[in-house]
Amino acid sequence: MSLDLNTIWFILVGVLLTGYALLDGFDLGIGALHLLARKDEERRIMLNAIGPVWDGNEVWLVTGGGALFAAFPHVYATVFSGFYLALMLLLVMLIFRAVAIEFRSKQPMLWWRRTWDISFSVTSVASSLLLGIALGNIALGVPLRPDFEFAGSFLGLLNPYAILVGVTTVSLFMMHGAIYLLLKSEGDFHEKVRVWVRGTIIFFSICYTVASMATLLFAPHMVATIKAHPILFVVSLLNTLAISNIPREIYHGRDFRAFLSSCAAMVALMTLFGIGMFPDIVVASNNPANSLTIYNAASSHETLSIMLVIAIIGVPLVLTYTASIYWVFRGKVKLDRFSY
Amino acid sequence: MDVLILARLQFALTIAFHYIFPPFSIGLGLILVFMEGAYLATGRPLYHAMTRFWVTIFGLMFAIGVASGIVMEFQFGTNWATYSRYVGDIFGSALAAEGIFAFFLESGFLALLLFGWDRVSPKMHFFSTIMVSLGSIFSAVWIIVANSWQQTPAGYHLVKTASGTRAEIVSFMDVVLNPSTIHRLSHVLSAAFQTGAFLVVSVSAYYLLKGRHREFARASLKIGLFMAVIAAPLQLLTGHASALGVARTQPAKLAAFEGHYAASAPGAMHLFGWINDQNERVELSVAIPGMLSWLVSGDSRTAVTGLNAFAPEDRPPVNIVFQTYHAMVAIGMALLALSLIGAFYWLRGTLAQTRWLLWIFVFAVGLPQLANQLGWMSAELGRQPWIVYGLLRTKDGISKVVGAGEVLASLILFSFVYLLLFALFIYLLDHKIKEGPIEEELGLAGKAVRQ
Repeated sequence: MSLDLNTIWFILVGVLLTGYALLDGFDLGIGALHLLARKDEERRIMLNAIGPVWDGNEVWLVTGGGALFAAFPHVYATVFSGFYLALMLLLVMLIFRAVAIEFRSKQPMLWWRRTWDISFSVTSVASSLLLGIALGNIALGVPLRPDFEFAGSFLGLLNPYAILVGVTTVSLFMMHGAIYLLLKSEGDFHEKVRVWVRGTIIFFSICYTVASMATLLFAPHMVATIKAHPILFVVSLLNTLAISNIPREIYHGRDFRAFLSSCAAMVALMTLFGIGMFPDIVVASNNPANSLTIYNAASSHETLSIMLVIAIIGVPLVLTYTASIYWVFRGKVKLDRFSY
Repeated sequence: MDVLILARLQFALTIAFHYIFPPFSIGLGLILVFMEGAYLATGRPLYHAMTRFWVTIFGLMFAIGVASGIVMEFQFGTNWATYSRYVGDIFGSALAAEGIFAFFLESGFLALLLFGWDRVSPKMHFFSTIMVSLGSIFSAVWIIVANSWQQTPAGYHLVKTASGTRAEIVSFMDVVLNPSTIHRLSHVLSAAFQTGAFLVVSVSAYYLLKGRHREFARASLKIGLFMAVIAAPLQLLTGHASALGVARTQPAKLAAFEGHYAASAPGAMHLFGWINDQNERVELSVAIPGMLSWLVSGDSRTAVTGLNAFAPEDRPPVNIVFQTYHAMVAIGMALLALSLIGAFYWLRGTLAQTRWLLWIFVFAVGLPQLANQLGWMSAELGRQPWIVYGLLRTKDGISKVVGAGEVLASLILFSFVYLLLFALFIYLLDHKIKEGPIEEELGLAGKAVRQ
């Protein structure tokens, strides 16, 4: 495999989306768990655990979308117009979620807070589910016309495999979010979160096992590359080790290392996904010749080079201030007058 | 209804709603830099309280701006897929650059701005304020670059590919500095500064009228008015430069601005009027003959290209472009007059007692907003029937696989969402304004903790 510009951009878009999954993943997961907390103070700790960072986390998705548009405009056009209603729903969910986080603690009334609590939780689950369903359909392949246009239907996107990937995504984010919350909470609430962590690890393990078997059965092309290059099986192995390491670290009370393991598992999962897709980006389930690849869907060589320069300047900056922000807001959540 | 109309309506709704917020945050962002800078320089608790209060307002603007902005980033692909395939090579780069250079900067440092008061040093906090302000300005830069390229495409060539013809980049510099970027950007930015300035002026005037937070209101009013006085004439200058640019690069749009039909004749400037498209005349108007020619070339006898020089299918809708343009100019003049009258009373030292003017200021916050919306409408409707001027028609840019029913469904959905969002925004803004700055802080330095 030669590392040409198209491959580099396939990896870069993957890095942005993986960054999104790692970061927004925990705050979507915390949203999914939100209603499990019964006390107002506990819910505020959850909101403030993600308070300073959630909108920065969402920027990874926006920038991922922008990078996809710039590097692979045909993928951007085909997927976003093809998955029209699903995407509109996702956008509405993300808007409501932002609004719920922002507005919930602005008024003390019980009905006000309860309404936004429910919105926050429902939209977090729905966003994760929709993202997972989109991912599932991309893995499975969708019908495409020779002119690259989507030839399926909205209901066709709601197939069992895609929904399974959707539910798995929800469970992964819940586990990831619960572990993040361990880092951010203390006292009785911390012990309560520890129980959630156990529950979500079990939930995720079941989903993950079923989804892996379903992939082998119904989307075998996703593992064809690994079959052809057995050395890549190392990634599967690392993925399994990372996942197995999570309960071990939790058992020993090393919460930060558990969080790192969860991150490593997500990186490995996205890498496996990337290996499975490469060099396709959207597989045409009706006729492989119609598939969108990193070549026929890409921008010109000139644009990919210019964008690479932009990425080389921009990405280190982004990583620097993302890391700085997390460093400044490290440690347990303390509610103060600036809090949500 | 047909899918083209619906898709255009949806785009108009999305961007009109979104465009309420970025000008506020760009303008207010710069004002925050002044306020916090003044605090660091003087150490006066008043400036600290001012910064804190306006930061919370900024946070509210920013949150809704982000929530509505996500839709903007994705709807080129959802509703305008054919356009996206045609321009992705160029337009996509600008959007991606906006994400990498602007959004991350803004959202990252905003966290410090809102939540970092007790976690970082005052200097670091000030640095964050500057970064957030810069981020919001960078964001305007990249989005105006993208939009200006639609108006005056440059630095590209057309390439036939397996999936159809598309525009590909030849020179990145020519794309970024296309013929309309600089004057459109300067016009949009000074409009944003004016919008932020009038927000501050409005809230401060309200406090003065109600006799609340007097010292705070006076100081805020001073900074707001100062910026308004600078921004208003800048608007005139950059607006004039934009019009000159339009005359050079988009003659059909300029002709629509003034309802100038004759293919090649000296043009008049109308103070107001109503277009009769059948008779190709401006009715009910007061006009200065030759003024358009004079503004464009410095000579009232110069011929200006008129609408009749273009085939009917290449003309923008004239009356709405005419009306939105004239209303924008009229508001711009009114804002200039208001700023100067305000400055006059300020210098006389009687502004705080001039209640009629303060009442006008309270409501004047809507004027720059209105001018922003109208100016954007005249710019984009004046670009019609093209989605990329001279290259691709709007009707050829829509998604091929999205039906009218789907667009209608999402249009209704977003109408409700935006209505709710707007109601919440007004409710919370009102709440924050009524709550006001933290009083005890006005007398104390630093970390007064409210119970």
